[in-house]
Amino acid sequence: MTVPIQCTPDETFVLNLGPQHPATHGVLRVKLTMDGEYVVKAEPVLGYIHRMHEKMAESGTFAQFMPNTPRMDYLSALSYNQGYVMAVERAAGIEVPERAEYIRTITVELNRISSHLLWFGAFVLDLGGFTPLLYAFDDREKILDLLERITGSRLTYCYYRFGGVYNDIDDEFIAGTREFIKRLRSRLPSMYHDLVTGNIILIKRLRDIGFVTQETCRKYGATGPVLRGSGVQYDVRKNEPYSVYPELDFDIPCYPEGDSMARYMVRMDEITQSLRIIEQALDKLPEGPVNAKVPKVLKPGAGDCYCAVEAARGTFGCRLVCDGGKNPYRLKLRSPTFSNLSLFGEVAEGMILADALAFMGSLDLVIPCIDR
Amino acid sequence: MNIIRQTKWTLLELFPEQKETEAAAEETAWNNALAAEAEARAEAAAKDKESVEGETPLDQIEAEMSSIDLIEKGKADSSPEQTEPPPVYDPETHDVPFSEIPEGPRADGVLVVKYASRGVHIDVQCSPEQVVESARLLDQAGFCLESISGVDWIKEEQMEVVYDYNRTDGQFCRVAVRVRIPRAEPLVPTVSDIYAGANWHERETHEFFGIKFEGHPCLEPLLLPEDADFHPLLKDFTP
Repeated sequence: MTVPIQCTPDETFVLNLGPQHPATHGVLRVKLTMDGEYVVKAEPVLGYIHRMHEKMAESGTFAQFMPNTPRMDYLSALSYNQGYVMAVERAAGIEVPERAEYIRTITVELNRISSHLLWFGAFVLDLGGFTPLLYAFDDREKILDLLERITGSRLTYCYYRFGGVYNDIDDEFIAGTREFIKRLRSRLPSMYHDLVTGNIILIKRLRDIGFVTQETCRKYGATGPVLRGSGVQYDVRKNEPYSVYPELDFDIPCYPEGDSMARYMVRMDEITQSLRIIEQALDKLPEGPVNAKVPKVLKPGAGDCYCAVEAARGTFGCRLVCDGGKNPYRLKLRSPTFSNLSLFGEVAEGMILADALAFMGSLDLVIPCIDR
Repeated sequence: MNIIRQTKWTLLELFPEQKETEAAAEETAWNNALAAEAEARAEAAAKDKESVEGETPLDQIEAEMSSIDLIEKGKADSSPEQTEPPPVYDPETHDVPFSEIPEGPRADGVLVVKYASRGVHIDVQCSPEQVVESARLLDQAGFCLESISGVDWIKEEQMEVVYDYNRTDGQFCRVAVRVRIPRAEPLVPTVSDIYAGANWHERETHEFFGIKFEGHPCLEPLLLPEDADFHPLLKDFTP
């Protein structure tokens, strides 16, 4: 005897999104409880690319952990490189020469732009627009070429050293960067804003979708463009100045709406601000050494310290515990996307699935950074 | 009143004994700091004088002439440095003095530490029972929870949990709250009902260290496989 399929109108079902799904941009799985097209409950399942970076840090010397840092958030690798290097410098009391700080600022901002450009392309691709991805990758390619010249790699840059940078920048890099600034400035209004930002389809998909309130951000510890898209003008570069940021003039883009469009606008404005920062840093670039004298094997005194930097996705923090030995005793890596994703479940409740995916895209997730 | 002082006194609610003596301790610390500053200034002035004396005769004559000028000019009002009254400690305008860091294992209490070397302004050590209360106080004061880290102190047979708090409203104050628990029975109450974001951080700390957060809604592994029964960040963990 065949049993007829029971189907009641208010029945929910579980939809498994990922871990292999184009919209999750990596191996993220979300267990969705659905009522028709509406999300009743969303529960991210993590750990598919967990590599235990924190244990690796403990089993090697301070310098040996360096190549791991860019492999967490491979899109803004230099921010993570800088965060770790700054934490160790703080623990060991190392002073960085001024020229090295300027070079760090220039390269990390170039990396921020390339990260935002990739996000822009992939995000619009998620929403069904293919062409902008090609424009964004065209511009991003220029940054990769520039950074390859000085760092030796195209994605997982490991360029900073304790007390400085790996090697000095040359005139060709400076000229190339200036040219890139001119090029991106001329392309931003027409090829990005006219084509995409003002596009009615994009506006309909993003405006008034995925509200994140300031209180939600505070309770979940969300930072970066997610926080600034909710109207909180917080940026580690301004509020907790490090490196040479206090000497440079730039604004913190901030939109009070709290919807996906606000987060989109924050990132687009940040590209403009990063261009401003790079231009000023190139003008002010002082002469001098790019490395401080640092012993080959570092042995910071016993104690712990915390260090935070503004990565492309928010606050990246390192809590470094030293016991006087040549290995870190404990290194906690606080990744911004981990906290940003943790609010997804609460906000996605009651959304249509397609909107929930657009909202997830606006959080700008990089999975290796969440899983570490 | 600046934010660091305000937060310090908010957190002192947890430690009534320290709170009683803290005002006096603050004043002593400040007076010591002011005295040290005055001494340094006097020393620097003495050094200046020495260097003036050591200079070439021409310079010396010039210096003497200028000093004569000064004396003539300043007959009625002597130089401003001398008339300036010695600085007095004023809790409303001065920064909070740094606490003295005691040697050896520290007692529970609030310390004001140097941001430049520690990355935080206020460092609190408390008992496991006070964790929730500290989170509640900081939540009311507008802080957000940035991260939770565990540390395995295998030699002392202890575990440590460090909560890093931060503000995003433009006022700059970072707080670290740390709690030490026995390694054999690591138990800390959860703060996930105060800070929703603590949920994942606590799950992560639980799976890596085996620290149990009492009252947590779901302490399943987050990053490790769902059937993982090992705690990889323990110092005696062997894969």
